Amino acid sequence: MEKTHSCTIVKKTMLCPDTYDFVVNFPQEPKPGQFVHISCGEGVMLRRPMSVCDYFDNNLRFSFAVRGKGTKLLAQHSVGDKLDILGPLGTNFGVDKKGDGVSLVIGGGIGIFPLFYTAKFLGEKTEAILGFRTKDLVIMEDDFNAVCSKTHIVTDDGSYNCAGLVTDIFKERLQKGDITSVYTCGPRGMMKAVAEIAAENDIFCEVSLEERMGCGIGSCAVCVCKIKGKYLKVCQNGPIFNAREVDFDE
Amino acid sequence: MNNLDMSVNIAGISLKNPIVTASGTFGNGWEISRYYDLSELGAVTSKAITLSPKQGNPPPRIAETDSGVLNSVGLQNSGIEFFLKYDLPNLRRYDTKVIANISGNTIEENCEIAKRLGGEVDFIELNISCPNVKQGGVAFGTDPRIVYDITGRVREHCSVPLIVKLSPNVTDIVEIAVAAQKGGANALSLINTLLGMKIDVNTRKPILANNTGGLSGPAVKPVAVRMVWQVAKNVDLPIIGMGGIMSGEDAAEFILAGASAVAVGTANLVTPTAALDIKKQFVQYLVKNKIKNVKDIIGAVIAN
Ligand SMILES: Cc1cc2nc3c(=O)[nH]c(=O)nc-3n(C[C@H](O)[C@H](O)[C@H](O)COP(=O)(O)OP(=O)(O)OC[C@H]3O[C@@H](n4cnc5c(N)ncnc54)[C@H](O)[C@@H]3O)c2cc1C
Ligand SMILES: Cc1cc2nc3c(=O)[nH]c(=O)nc-3n(C[C@H](O)[C@H](O)[C@H](O)COP(=O)(O)O)c2cc1C
Repeated sequence: MEKTHSCTIVKKTMLCPDTYDFVVNFPQEPKPGQFVHISCGEGVMLRRPMSVCDYFDNNLRFSFAVRGKGTKLLAQHSVGDKLDILGPLGTNFGVDKKGDGVSLVIGGGIGIFPLFYTAKFLGEKTEAILGFRTKDLVIMEDDFNAVCSKTHIVTDDGSYNCAGLVTDIFKERLQKGDITSVYTCGPRGMMKAVAEIAAENDIFCEVSLEERMGCGIGSCAVCVCKIKGKYLKVCQNGPIFNAREVDFDE
Repeated sequence: MNNLDMSVNIAGISLKNPIVTASGTFGNGWEISRYYDLSELGAVTSKAITLSPKQGNPPPRIAETDSGVLNSVGLQNSGIEFFLKYDLPNLRRYDTKVIANISGNTIEENCEIAKRLGGEVDFIELNISCPNVKQGGVAFGTDPRIVYDITGRVREHCSVPLIVKLSPNVTDIVEIAVAAQKGGANALSLINTLLGMKIDVNTRKPILANNTGGLSGPAVKPVAVRMVWQVAKNVDLPIIGMGGIMSGEDAAEFILAGASAVAVGTANLVTPTAALDIKKQFVQYLVKNKIKNVKDIIGAVIAN
């Protein structure tokens, strides 16, 4: 039988203002792109979904931005505290479908977290294209550099590296003709643009979708997204979907 | 624990214990059965069943509120055929009773679903209280004349006991319960969700795509307990009580108010093992209070 895990926090770091990185003991090895469902403590009832950012030596790493009540409570935890965590949950990125060429992981903001663990599975020919709003929010550059052959960083306002969008770099990078797969997570508009470019170039592309979630295991049917005209559950049928099947405008 | 009698009777059918799952929070058991053996439960309630598959409402469909949850799922389900072919045979593998929650758009549709279910399930729970659909749902459940009519007509097509699930979105719950009894209901379940709303004050937009949704969880529990108590005093039908049950003591509260069984809903969204955990805590409550037979405390509140 599956169960929830009581996990001790072994490391807590601040990545940038209001963005934290936790490492906890965790007994079950996740697949890239999966998420965990975390009980944030007294004061909020529902768990909050967080992508697996990394897994090593029975340790799970997840990172998150403080948004509302739940993430604020979560951020107040310290090393040594226990967290009630359900998971790993959901589908995984199809890293086995990456093809023979170069794989791209394309992320925006807090969408970069699941891409780090994914890049580790994709191997050395992987490149990362990461977008952030501004210099102060640029995070995990060294992490991605360590597992990717190249890490391209852009900021919306040009305060770090070049100004622009991840899609600008993506289009540029396509010129060489060696890209065979794309894995993306970030704001919906960004993922939609990435998906369109991938489709135009006939490149395999998977996206990690987000929706407000309840149970996290598929029994309450609240976190749905339109996939090929039908509402599918992000927690159970996703969060990873083939980009071509997602109805982004719904 | 061996001499503890946990069994309860709902309309002539014995449940081995009073802990049931509430419709829509438990899927059709596939997922939660990976966390514990469903045979631990007195009964399970299916997700709402409609005649043809239903897409439900657009997302976001959930918002957390203080001690509560708003949902606007809108009865997404795969339809009666799928239920009979796949979900029901799977549920039948467990030693637990099956309650089929039906939510047709029209009275005729509910009759047709009841007919198709035949004797395959142990109970039919007629949902006349969903606040998230335009047709049927709560529109049926707030007028005593309609409640009487729909209960009577659906009852004719049921081969198993009919439970009518009541809406709390009424001024006088007793009046509705009496109408259901007169219409021929064999049991009642209450409460469904309370119509609510949450607004993001920065964007000025409601969180739910549907604007409004049904409120459940601990926030509604006092309302639910009060309604169970009022109905139990005035209507001679077994009651399945629900609304914010998160612990064994919450379950005891409903039973003391007059419920013969209790259903766990929102708690399933918090932890997959919630209903099992609540059952264990309820046993502890009984042991602590030296109660040997659950039936002894049904309606045993010492009211002033
Ligand atoms: C599969 C998945 C993986 C995610 N991974 C990460 C991650 O690695 N790092 C990270 O910072 N964030 C991640 N998120 C988003 C994160 O779950 C939300 O930011 C968080 O739930 C907000 O909770 P809150 O209480 O702080 O905000 P509130 O707005 O107060 O939350 C209220 C309710 O809305 C839900 N909610 C609000 N925003 C979202 C959202 N965007 N997605 C899902 N539920 C939401 C909450 O769960 C809660 O039920 C992920 C979301 C999903 C669906
Ligand atoms: C996500 C969700 C979906 C629900 N779907 C249904 C449904 O399909 N049919 C129904 O009769 N009640 C439905 N309900 C209502 C519950 O069965 C229950 O009556 C109500 O939530 C009160 O109990 P609770 O506070 O323990 O959740 C739903 C509730 C929730 C939270």
